[in-house]
Amino acid sequence: MTRSFPTGAAPHVAPQTNVAGVMLQVLLALVPGVLAYAWFFGPGVLIQIMLATVFALFFEALMLRWRKRKLKPFINDYSAIVTAVLFALCIPPLAPWWISCVAMLFAIVFAKHLYGGLGQNVFNPAMVGYVVVLISFPQAMTAWIPPLFLSEVELGLSTVLVTIFSGQVAIAGGWDTITQATPLDLLKTGIESGRLLPELSESPVFGQLGGKGWEWIASGYALGGIYLLYKRVIGWQVPTAVIASVIVLSLPAWLIDPATNPDPLQQVFSGAIVLAAFFIATDPVSGCVSNRGRLVFGIGVGLITLVIRRWGGYPDGVAFAVLLMNMTAPMIDRYTRPRMYGE
Amino acid sequence: MMPLTRQKKLVHEAGARIHHFHGGLQLRHHKKVSCGDPVARPPLPELLAVPMLQHAGNAATPLVRAGESVLKGQPIGRCTPCAQIHSPVSGVVEAIEDRLITHPSGKTGKCVVIRPDGKEQWVDLKPISDWKSASPESLIMQMQDCGLAGLGGAVFPTHRKARDGRESQIHTLVLNGAECEPWISCDEMLMREQPDKIVLGARILRKVLGARHVVIAIEDQMGAVESALSRAAECAECQNISVVKVPKIYPEGGERQLIQVLTGMEVPLGGRPSQLGMVCQNVATAAAVADAVVEGKPLIERYITVTGHGIVNPRNFLALFGTSFSHLVGLCGGYTQDVARLVVGGPMMGYPVASDASPVVKASNCILALTFDDISDTQVEMPCIRCGECARVCPATLLPQQLFAQVKNELWAEAAEYGLAACIECGCCDVVCPSHIPLVEWFRFGKGEQRKQAREAEASELARKRFENREARLTKLKLERAEKMQRRKRMLKDKSGQQDRIKASIERARNRALKHAASNPEGPTDDT
Repeated sequence: MTRSFPTGAAPHVAPQTNVAGVMLQVLLALVPGVLAYAWFFGPGVLIQIMLATVFALFFEALMLRWRKRKLKPFINDYSAIVTAVLFALCIPPLAPWWISCVAMLFAIVFAKHLYGGLGQNVFNPAMVGYVVVLISFPQAMTAWIPPLFLSEVELGLSTVLVTIFSGQVAIAGGWDTITQATPLDLLKTGIESGRLLPELSESPVFGQLGGKGWEWIASGYALGGIYLLYKRVIGWQVPTAVIASVIVLSLPAWLIDPATNPDPLQQVFSGAIVLAAFFIATDPVSGCVSNRGRLVFGIGVGLITLVIRRWGGYPDGVAFAVLLMNMTAPMIDRYTRPRMYGE
Repeated sequence: MMPLTRQKKLVHEAGARIHHFHGGLQLRHHKKVSCGDPVARPPLPELLAVPMLQHAGNAATPLVRAGESVLKGQPIGRCTPCAQIHSPVSGVVEAIEDRLITHPSGKTGKCVVIRPDGKEQWVDLKPISDWKSASPESLIMQMQDCGLAGLGGAVFPTHRKARDGRESQIHTLVLNGAECEPWISCDEMLMREQPDKIVLGARILRKVLGARHVVIAIEDQMGAVESALSRAAECAECQNISVVKVPKIYPEGGERQLIQVLTGMEVPLGGRPSQLGMVCQNVATAAAVADAVVEGKPLIERYITVTGHGIVNPRNFLALFGTSFSHLVGLCGGYTQDVARLVVGGPMMGYPVASDASPVVKASNCILALTFDDISDTQVEMPCIRCGECARVCPATLLPQQLFAQVKNELWAEAAEYGLAACIECGCCDVVCPSHIPLVEWFRFGKGEQRKQAREAEASELARKRFENREARLTKLKLERAEKMQRRKRMLKDKSGQQDRIKASIERARNRALKHAASNPEGPTDDT
């Protein structure tokens, strides 16, 4: 007696991973950094993450519906949440709620879905959202609070909520009493006004490596990044290239004139370099595909960031660096195709 | 061609050090389940259906008619460039009809259906008992007459590979016993049970190729195999035969990957191992060579694994070609409840069959019954997120994600530049893809399109040439005619002798008319 069977194409093996799994790993890897961030900067951090997530999922669902795509597999792939969380980690913890709304509108609708949705975006959506609000709303986007242990005012959960949702600080004296320049702001304005680093670094905002508190957050990101490397969610090329290029390129300047140039480790642990190295520049969709291409991409991010920090108008330049490198990624890919077997 | 110095060095190197190939996967082995019992010959089935098409290319022409009796080993299918087909049993040809054949196309094809008489009466075998003094050409002819073909899966005719090899300078014969696909254990069982035959076949092939060295490559987990083969390779005339263990990384049993592992060198793109002075043969092919030469036995049976989570008692058989899969599965206790797919070959590169009525052929090394849990093809396909996992595991160092986009968008020139043709369809990229894109299926489609385009380009090139030739011919004719006219005109102008010519032509016409009247006494007809 014979029996018939339905057929299917090889390989006849269950897939090992899925997109949602990859994205979940990324979110999991962000946990130590987020916890450190919330520890030093208060509940505003977590509220920003939630806000951005809600807006991102709203726009994601809206666009999927509008583009007549299946809702479930794409909402459940966590990619919009990764975008939202990465964005929320870049903005001041007390930024007004509509900042997230505008940013996610540009990130999800313009940068992602108008380019064709998941896998098709040329630019990193989180960075597009961030740059749009950074340029459009400079005041809201530069109102950074210092780490809690440096703050003179107590910022309770209710104050934080009121500040975020009303845009007004519910404390006498308003914004001026609670905001403070970030370490990178201080460096930039300080050096530009002719002050020297030894003097500047006596400011209480500086710690051993970068800004006080900031260095621990960066370490948290690095820890998560190492987890991603271990899990092979990301390759070693981009993080290594970003961090190594920052160190190598800032080393000569520091050696020549340590009074006006921050030391390489300070460069790495300040601002968003570590976050970008492991989580943002590693975005596979908007990055390069070949290993050599990824090295070039990472070096480009490190270089452009340093150039903007030194000569540009913004204290940090990671977002611009990533977007500029996104533009060049297809060309880099063209010139870095790996040699085929037997070629 | 390789520079000679490098080749010489290679002779001593092949297998001396283990190298690596790019990518690959660590897959669960699943081989032990089918290695428990010794290999058995199944009882004769009621009917055997031997397909005339057993590989890529043209089908063989049947040499027998329905009702004819055949002897075991009698040729029943002939095919000029490919391998002959022989009757696996003695019996009566019941029919020559279209039946389901075991082929990746899933199509039906001409089969010689034989009802065995149970006598197992052999045709007169013509062994070459003294192979050591036989000429290589006579040995190659013997391989051809015995229908030998590569038993690793590609079924390339052994005599052609041998002849190609003789034309290049071969220093090393590689016997491939690195059965890298999960589940399949037929080569392992063969190496355990017939090591002497494999070594003998290796020596015959080595003589035919004029090679010096034989490297038998096995997986590093085949302990029993290693001792068996090493013992067999200890004979007095077995110098320069070495057994080399290669690490178990799929697809290290691929010809190109195996050569890279053994030598650290890559077979040139679009080239053959013979360009490196090497020839690869499957261990089962070597055993078949020994049978064919020393005993004169044609290729009519093979070791085959029947296994998978969908089989109650997995095991190996020495099955005659034409035996239906269902016959073998029945001897293994049948299918389990949750069997979902029947595959010929391994889970990575095997092809599915629509029915277990399919017969065992030269290429069938394994019947793999998989369950829903094994294949789980309910996963949704998502867009490519360019994560690059596929490129990390690709043994051909391609960029599958780029190739996928190019094939999907029909950018054939780009796909060719990115090496679509170099894809070995191993399936590694497919398995690791988090978006569950059927990459290999796309690449097969792309390769098919490229072949079609190449054929079309060839055809249009031919048409263009034909057109140009025609144009040239017409122009030439025109010129000739013009020249003739010119000549005539010149002659007309030339008055002298003109009258004579007119007279002569009138005379010729009259003669013709007279002659015609003479041969046609009833008078002139219209058809002049």
